[in-house]
Amino acid sequence: MDRIIITVVGKDQKGIIARVTTLLYEADINILDISQTIVAGFFNMMVVADPSASPLSFAEIDDRLTKLGEGMGLKIQTQREAIFTAMHRV
Amino acid sequence: MIDRNEVLETNRMIEHDLLDVRTITMGISLLDCADNDVDRMCGKIWDKITRRAGSLVKTGEDISRELGINIVNKRISVTPVSLVGASCCRSAADYVKVAETLDKAAKAVGVNFIGGFSALVNKGITPSERLLIESIPEALSKTDFVCSSVNVGSTRTGIDMDAVRLLGTIVKKTAEKTADKDSIGCAKLVVFCNAPDDNPFMAGAFHGVTEGDTVINVGVSGPGVVRSAVENVKGQSFEVLCETIKKTAFKVTRMGQLVAQEAAKRLNVPFGIVDLSLAPTPAVGDSVSDILEAMGLERTGAPGTTAALAILNDQVKKGGVMASSYVGGLSGAFIPVSEDQGMINAVNAGALTIEKLEAMTCVCSVGLDMIAIPGDTADTTIAGIIADEAAIGMINQKTTAVRVIPVIGKKVGETASFGGLLGYAPIMPVNTFSCADFVNRTGRIPAPVHSFKN
Repeated sequence: MDRIIITVVGKDQKGIIARVTTLLYEADINILDISQTIVAGFFNMMVVADPSASPLSFAEIDDRLTKLGEGMGLKIQTQREAIFTAMHRV
Repeated sequence: MIDRNEVLETNRMIEHDLLDVRTITMGISLLDCADNDVDRMCGKIWDKITRRAGSLVKTGEDISRELGINIVNKRISVTPVSLVGASCCRSAADYVKVAETLDKAAKAVGVNFIGGFSALVNKGITPSERLLIESIPEALSKTDFVCSSVNVGSTRTGIDMDAVRLLGTIVKKTAEKTADKDSIGCAKLVVFCNAPDDNPFMAGAFHGVTEGDTVINVGVSGPGVVRSAVENVKGQSFEVLCETIKKTAFKVTRMGQLVAQEAAKRLNVPFGIVDLSLAPTPAVGDSVSDILEAMGLERTGAPGTTAALAILNDQVKKGGVMASSYVGGLSGAFIPVSEDQGMINAVNAGALTIEKLEAMTCVCSVGLDMIAIPGDTADTTIAGIIADEAAIGMINQKTTAVRVIPVIGKKVGETASFGGLLGYAPIMPVNTFSCADFVNRTGRIPAPVHSFKN
């Protein structure tokens, strides 16, 4: 599977990075790049990850992350990198 | 590697500016379904559509989820039915049977429209084509998802005025047959000049005879994204304005190209074209009219509107052409009234009339689209409107079309409501001076002089 981009947006709280990265580790997904910032109390994170070793399908990864986000009041979106490279790279 | 600003920009376009892929349309040839028995032919049509398009909707949903982009419609276009049914349809009722089969097949595979209940009569009408055209009112009133189109002219052949006259009557009859639903049947009937073979957008989609057996065509959209970009360059030069539209169209089209390639690969069907059309919806902000107003018009319809639309249409093409390996369909900007809240507002404010819309169709990608007119408009007047549009298309070597809805029982000042993507529309006044003696002449308008290129 191609690389995936995970974006996390929501009210800042403790443990966001810990819980997202733990979920990815447990799903055997390798993190390639991670960046995070807080704007006006809002947490904003982007993770580039390689799911090629993961036994999970895209839909399963997406479901787990969405559920985690819902439990923490965050919006977690998972997308294949292809949409961004198509749009921003010639 | 992709950086965060790029991710944010894309996701802002999707969430805030309503960027989406408007349709994945699977074109399916039905030529091999022809038979000398209508029931046997319907059986073959059912088999082929349900076999080929069985996983279309699921595939569209999977891609949508993985890329995080909404793919609004999954649709099917088929070979013009008048060709497929020519050897077995002996009456209009036989063609209605075919329409019902298409409707059932569309429902079975879960698509929301199926186009191709069509006839190409730009130079003359065969008996079977006449039967199909005569069956349109009944076919559209008895089905939910079937879309019909008739090509009545082209730059190469001229305009078949016998077909234009007949279609004036057929549009009216279709309105009468669906009078209980604000004449919605007419929203599914398009009369074309220079109809393209690979248009993925409804209601005018059909799978041309020059196409392969099955093909995937994708229609991108994104008026909201362009509006947002244009708002950011308020007061700046035409050069800046044009560059901004072009760059935005490029990005939008690249996304469409990706979706088209993915869909073609997963369905194991050749990729046909990406249609780079700005297709508005009734949702606030998803409006072509709003772009024109962001360019500096107080209201769409004000002097300058045609020039603004010409810029928009051309820059969308210039940006999109490099972003896709195959561009086709209609490509440009659609200007439907009922499907665009900004257009509706302009009509209600008295800024936009049918005559101005007609001028705009000289430079937009199609024609007079989703315009509600009084239910007592004469058949010959509707034929006159069709003839005018076809003439614009023929002379300017572009696709034009008419999709007007004479709303039975309603008059100017009232509103027709079609629901969903089709939206609602104020009834617009039509010039009531007669053109009957003109359209009642028989025969054809000859092809224009610039068609002789050989």
